[in-house]
Amino acid sequence: MAVSFSSLQVCLALLAAWLVVGFAGLLRPRSIRFAGRTLFPLGALCGAALATVAGLSLGAAPESRVLELGLPGLPMHMRLDALSAVFLVLLGAASTAISVFSAGYFRKGEGTLPGLLCLEYHVFLAAMGFVLLADDAYSFMVAWESMALSSYFLVTTQHRIEEIRRAGFLYLLVAHVGALSILLGFGVLQGGSWQFTFDAMRAAHLDATWASIAFGLALFGFGAKAGLVPLHVWLPEAHPAAPSPVSALMSGVMLKTAVYGFLRVTFDLIGLQLWWWGLVALGVGLFTAFYGVIFAAVQTDMKRLLAWSSIENLGIAFAGIGLAIIFRGSGLGHLAVLALVATLYHCLNHAMMKSLLFLGTGSVLHATGERNLGRLGGLIHRMPWVAWMTLIGALAIAGLPPLNGFVSEWLLLQAFLFAGDVPHPFASMLLPAGAAIVALCAALAGYVMVKFYGVVFLGQPREASLSTARDAGFAERVGLGLLALGCVLLGLFPALIVPVLDGAVAGLLHVPTSRWGGPWWLLAPERARHATYGPPALCLLLVVAVVLSIYGLRLVYHRTVRRGPAWDCGHARSDARMQDTAEGFGQPIRHMFEPFFEMTRKLPSPSDPTPTYAVTVGDRAWKLLYLPIATAVHAVANAVAWLQQGRISTYLMYSFATLILLLAFVL
Amino acid sequence: MTPLAATTQLLEIVGAALAAPAFLGWVNQCRAWLQNRRAPSLMQPYRGLRKLLNKDAILATNASPLFRAAPYVVFATMLVAAAIIPSMGTGLPMSTAADGIALVGLLATARVFLSLAAMDVGTAFGTLGARREMMVGFLAEPALLMVLFVAAMLSRTTSLPLIAETLAGQAPALYPSLAFTAVAFLLVMLAENARLPIDNPATHLELTMIHEAMILEYSARHLALMEWAAALKLFNYACIGFALFVPWGAGNEASGPIGLLLAVPLLAIKLAIAGAALALLEILSAKLRVFRAPEFLATAFLLAVLGLLVHLLLET
Repeated sequence: MAVSFSSLQVCLALLAAWLVVGFAGLLRPRSIRFAGRTLFPLGALCGAALATVAGLSLGAAPESRVLELGLPGLPMHMRLDALSAVFLVLLGAASTAISVFSAGYFRKGEGTLPGLLCLEYHVFLAAMGFVLLADDAYSFMVAWESMALSSYFLVTTQHRIEEIRRAGFLYLLVAHVGALSILLGFGVLQGGSWQFTFDAMRAAHLDATWASIAFGLALFGFGAKAGLVPLHVWLPEAHPAAPSPVSALMSGVMLKTAVYGFLRVTFDLIGLQLWWWGLVALGVGLFTAFYGVIFAAVQTDMKRLLAWSSIENLGIAFAGIGLAIIFRGSGLGHLAVLALVATLYHCLNHAMMKSLLFLGTGSVLHATGERNLGRLGGLIHRMPWVAWMTLIGALAIAGLPPLNGFVSEWLLLQAFLFAGDVPHPFASMLLPAGAAIVALCAALAGYVMVKFYGVVFLGQPREASLSTARDAGFAERVGLGLLALGCVLLGLFPALIVPVLDGAVAGLLHVPTSRWGGPWWLLAPERARHATYGPPALCLLLVVAVVLSIYGLRLVYHRTVRRGPAWDCGHARSDARMQDTAEGFGQPIRHMFEPFFEMTRKLPSPSDPTPTYAVTVGDRAWKLLYLPIATAVHAVANAVAWLQQGRISTYLMYSFATLILLLAFVL
Repeated sequence: MTPLAATTQLLEIVGAALAAPAFLGWVNQCRAWLQNRRAPSLMQPYRGLRKLLNKDAILATNASPLFRAAPYVVFATMLVAAAIIPSMGTGLPMSTAADGIALVGLLATARVFLSLAAMDVGTAFGTLGARREMMVGFLAEPALLMVLFVAAMLSRTTSLPLIAETLAGQAPALYPSLAFTAVAFLLVMLAENARLPIDNPATHLELTMIHEAMILEYSARHLALMEWAAALKLFNYACIGFALFVPWGAGNEASGPIGLLLAVPLLAIKLAIAGAALALLEILSAKLRVFRAPEFLATAFLLAVLGLLVHLLLET
């Protein structure tokens, strides 16, 4: 007897399987072999299956289902539509590679017990899946909070270190402020019907003011999760604190759930859209992107650098969404699709490349025990596999053709080219400046990646201990390889992937789908006139040119190659300390964008016999925003402190007075 | 693909590869004349390449495979870039695969590989050069992109041959936006090709160099490829300039083989004038301090953005 299951059922079953795998970790909580050899690979299988099922469901009609779980009278609504499916594919694909990597990553004696870690990890994965499938505010918030809590425990894996506990607390705090805002947003969205299913919200009609308030709450709430400036402060703290696979998962996947939530609310749940919302989102996104990338350029800790780079990329994604809102609010739905496709493609890309880079830093960290760029270097000789895979990720994130980062940049710039069509004169002038900032950020990302890769993997080793570094183990290599493959495939075959995304977005915006032109190798969007990009052909041309130049030159040149000491312009002594450092590489950026940084310099006096020079770069957001808030909270707390006399009779008096007051109201 | 298109394509690639050193030689020749020196022959860069190809290659002991691969990658990138820039004809089949934005991406790829290779051996000069190159690059790249954006908005396409055809087809009118972007492009071209006032191609004073510092550790055939790629880059930039600002005279399907035949000497004339102008510009300017370079490039970037605004303000 053939039993057929709907895609939604299979997805839910796979999420449940993740939970089961997680709880199985409790069976043998101390066994690293059991978690590594059995459970993480099983989790990876679930992830691969989830990506496949969600991918296959992409063309199908949305399905929904009510699960009689949880509180009586409040069933959980689940829905699988194209937008959810895109993000489920992202979750499944990225988590597969990260789980495979994790199978070989976790070692003994690193804080939390392996079995418990396995539980937290899989609960985190399942919670992200439920966020993407939830179809009512209750389930969404439950899943959202489980996601935040499970990731909090993952961040504080090494909870014996004070600094890590602080980072975890900061993360939890910002996550909750954001969640509060999202909750209020849902409260506005139900529009007086007191029904909290998403269907009821779609049906509710909000006026412009309330819709704008809902939009603002969503931008704040999801922006806190995505790390939009000035709510970004938790990212550079939490990412270095977490174990690398967790950083990869948080940066690669969890930040995208914020993009998903924001898209869901602005394009699906809020009925109307005002074009100036787009200006807000675009402005915030672009500022975040710029702020993120200049801070990434001056970091000296490799994971912190990547965290700032994530802030930049999420900024770009929100800028794309902002552009789409502007287009849609101005009645240019077909261009909104172009901008949203670029955004979704960027999310997919970022999930691959940033996970790859974070995992690469994990391998480096295990091999050397160092996160500080000033103590690394020359690892391409010691860890060739990690180095070459990371190179792919670095080139991809720098936006270089024919890899994947360039594709989304190309699509986004194509969308910006139509900025002149926006009917609002002020906005149509401003938007091209946005394109200029996107271009600047992309170029700066190249700068950051040359710094990151050059300092970690190239040059001479800066410490003697690096000569004993070993390349990653088998599982780690496979995980890195899978993600690198993802980067290459997304880079080479956008013409196959983009039409699928177009379908998903067009359904969301109720716009007819369009052709993306040409044969399988050529991206020729109908929405953008006369623009074509064919990465497989371009890649082939490059390969042919390389091969021709190798073999062409063979006919003429002298073939011998000798090895000798580095020439270095004839300088006799040249050691590892004479190389440029991470601080040095960041110096031009520090110099040029000085007003953005909070810098404290320690300059030696001329008479100092042992002169030292130090400069620390801080984030102005702390001084300008967070410290005043903290001071104000302190002041308020102090002001009400006199109420707390510490005598029971006084407290009883308060209760009595409150009762009288309430009675006065009631009567 | 018509035979004419295939011929044009082949001519563009082979022509660029072969003519690029001569263009560099011509610039050097003009500069020597303007400085009242005896000029080296036009063939001098070719002799330099031949000399390098006949030598044994020496690699630093700790050079990685990335270091060995970089010259080929950089050279190949420049060759592909030459294939998609319409210098002699606009019927370029390969330009379907890469438009103007991809061209900027290709140039960025070359820059990143060059910088990574410079950091590979881990010498003080190499890393210094890489840092400076990326500093120049991160401002020059968006400026170039904005220049192309203006042209793309004027002609409603990002495909380079179509841009050239559209701009050539219009009645010669002065577009204020193109005037702004032309200045911006000139500044970018000087900076990106390591010319004065950003870098001095003739110097061997280490602390002032950018491009030379990065290729210090290369020798023999690897150095030859790097030098050749640098010449190709200058040639490519000149051709981008022609395609955007003096697009007239490129052959196309309508003008047939005769048009292509005429386009070759016309390109030679354009290059001769551009080379002489470049030499004149170089002897009239002094090298800027490295810290002033960002200002120079920021000017270029702002001019390009200004061109974009002027286009939207006046020309739509």
